[in-house]
Amino acid sequence: MSGGLSGGASGAAAAGEVVLSARDVHRDYQLAGETVHAVRGISLEVRAGDWVALVGPSGCGKSTLLNLLGAIDRPTSGTIAVRGRDIAALRDRDATAFRLRHVGFVFQRFYLMPQLSALENIELPMAEAGVARAERRARARELLAYVGLDARERHRPAELSGGEQQRAAIARALANRPAFLLADEPTGELDAATGAGIIALFARLNAAGTTIVVVTHDGDLARAARRVIHLRDGHVVNEVHA
Amino acid sequence: MIGVLAAASLLRHRARTALAVAGVAVSAAMVLDMVMLSTGMRESFRSLLERGGFQVRVGPRGAMPFDGEATVGGGAGLLDTLRAIRGITMVAPVLGATLHAPQPGGAVAAFALGVIAGSQGDYVLQEGHEAVADGEVVLNDPMLAAVRRRVGDTLTLATGYDPQLRTFSGGRTLRIAGRVRFRYLAADQRGAALPLATLQAMGGDARRDRLSLVMLRVDPAADVEAIRAGIDAALPRVSALSTATALQQAEQRLSYFRQLAFILGSISLVVGFLLVTTIVTVSVHERVGEIAVMRAIGVSRRHVVQQVVLEGLVLSLAGSAGGLALGLVTARWLDSILATFPGLPESVDFFLFQSIPALAALGMLVLTGLAAGAIPAWRAATLPVAATLRREAVA
Ligand SMILES: Nc1ncnc2c1ncn2[C@@H]1O[C@H](COP(=O)(O)OP(=O)(O)OP(=O)(O)O)[C@@H](O)[C@H]1O
Ligand SMILES: [Mg+2]
Repeated sequence: MSGGLSGGASGAAAAGEVVLSARDVHRDYQLAGETVHAVRGISLEVRAGDWVALVGPSGCGKSTLLNLLGAIDRPTSGTIAVRGRDIAALRDRDATAFRLRHVGFVFQRFYLMPQLSALENIELPMAEAGVARAERRARARELLAYVGLDARERHRPAELSGGEQQRAAIARALANRPAFLLADEPTGELDAATGAGIIALFARLNAAGTTIVVVTHDGDLARAARRVIHLRDGHVVNEVHA
Repeated sequence: MIGVLAAASLLRHRARTALAVAGVAVSAAMVLDMVMLSTGMRESFRSLLERGGFQVRVGPRGAMPFDGEATVGGGAGLLDTLRAIRGITMVAPVLGATLHAPQPGGAVAAFALGVIAGSQGDYVLQEGHEAVADGEVVLNDPMLAAVRRRVGDTLTLATGYDPQLRTFSGGRTLRIAGRVRFRYLAADQRGAALPLATLQAMGGDARRDRLSLVMLRVDPAADVEAIRAGIDAALPRVSALSTATALQQAEQRLSYFRQLAFILGSISLVVGFLLVTTIVTVSVHERVGEIAVMRAIGVSRRHVVQQVVLEGLVLSLAGSAGGLALGLVTARWLDSILATFPGLPESVDFFLFQSIPALAALGMLVLTGLAAGAIPAWRAATLPVAATLRREAVA
């Protein structure tokens, strides 16, 4: 079943097809009258089935870039295209719908809805996308089983360990079969052993065809990726292929 | 899912939600009571005026409509004239007076009405029979208690009493024929009613053939206003007032109450609004991170707004339901306090529950709750997603 876990609804991209491309992307912030150039002209391409790690010193613009790729932020200039469609200039409503159907977000802190059970958390994006109750419940169960939480579906986030919460968050990110997963320091708050479990989960997903872009300080996670892109001061400084 | 999230958010802080609902309930109760107050007085005056089934009251010209002291002479002739008018089916004359019952150590005074038994709308018989024959009287409970008499006993009553000299004038011993309850008297006010002729005779020259008021019952097919105007034009010594006009006059005086009720009710609405806004704002504020995540994973602004507004709506609905119960209880309680207000007819209700205005008022409160949720909802929906996530990750 792993093949159906991502790809799916968005139409499984042929391996090697460019799913995500950024061209000369800039992002400036105005801070107390001063302009912070967080991203200064980054271009990159991510192909279907890729696993890219963005690494670099703190403040170099990794999270900013990831947010731009996921359409929760807009570039000051430059274009970002997903399967050829420009997402940089989407209106809020369209950007939201785009995120819902094409992007799977995983955050450093697990950010599950504390009032909802693990199962309901995974159902949430599907409910938002209008998936019928029985269908979304079945898929949520399938995803929970895939991330190894089938015994915990009724548990609230507070009743799960950090690693379990992050697994649930990954399952939630996969719910609507996104074109790619974006993860910002997904092992940042986990100990090494728990982090290793998450890395293994990413590896399993990627092996099954899921495209992943991950921002990380974690050397183990970066080494597991197929491509490692080094950023400094808002620039790409070099790229290493595994 | 939106409902689940809204419910979960309310249940997360049960005590706070309960306090908010209680607060809204208090303000809803206040709104409801103010509406009940503004309708209550008007409606009970209306039923009071309409109860006897008389549509026109004729009194001395120049006197205030409910002035008990003023009288008009030539009563018998006046009654004959009125009876002759087409469309009038009943003529009920009334003479008001104060009667004094000699008691050890002084006198007990009672408000007395001279009426014609069988054509009066002032009292309801509760025991015995009406005072039909000359020399009979009916008393209400406070008067019976004050003079320690029962139905069937006799009682001396006088029209004049000089407290300095302790002398009585115009006295007569009457037989107590029945026990009655007066519609227009307060619960503890002493009252007596006796045949009109008996009271007129007891008063000597001062009351001979005089009347305070004549109540007229009009044929339903006849035009009340035309009859009233005809009496006014033809009889210079009296003026005629229809129940409808009396109601209007009463309403004019009550409009002060209504304004007061309107202002206090509006203030309560504002309080309810601020309460819901505050609670929902606090609730949104403490989960901006969650809201930003929802937005990041693709939950639409509309659904975020719905969720937050639903929260405010549930608070105001629950509060209104509680306020309905609380408002009815406090209205009854306030009514019982005001019922002891001296000089007010016993059957006047200050607070009256009428479902349409009451529900409209509570509906207003619910709408207020909706509006109250709208402001924090919009704030939540327009959070800058990336910046909020960043702030929350740092926090
Ligand atoms: N909303 C914002 N307003 C102002 N400045 C911002 C904002 N977001 C990011 N920045 C600035 O942009 C630069 C890049 O920030 P970013 O969060 O992308 O770095 P990062 O590489 O993710 O760092 P870290 O590894 O510490 O997470 C920083 O200098 C940061 O201060
Ligand atoms: Mg970062």
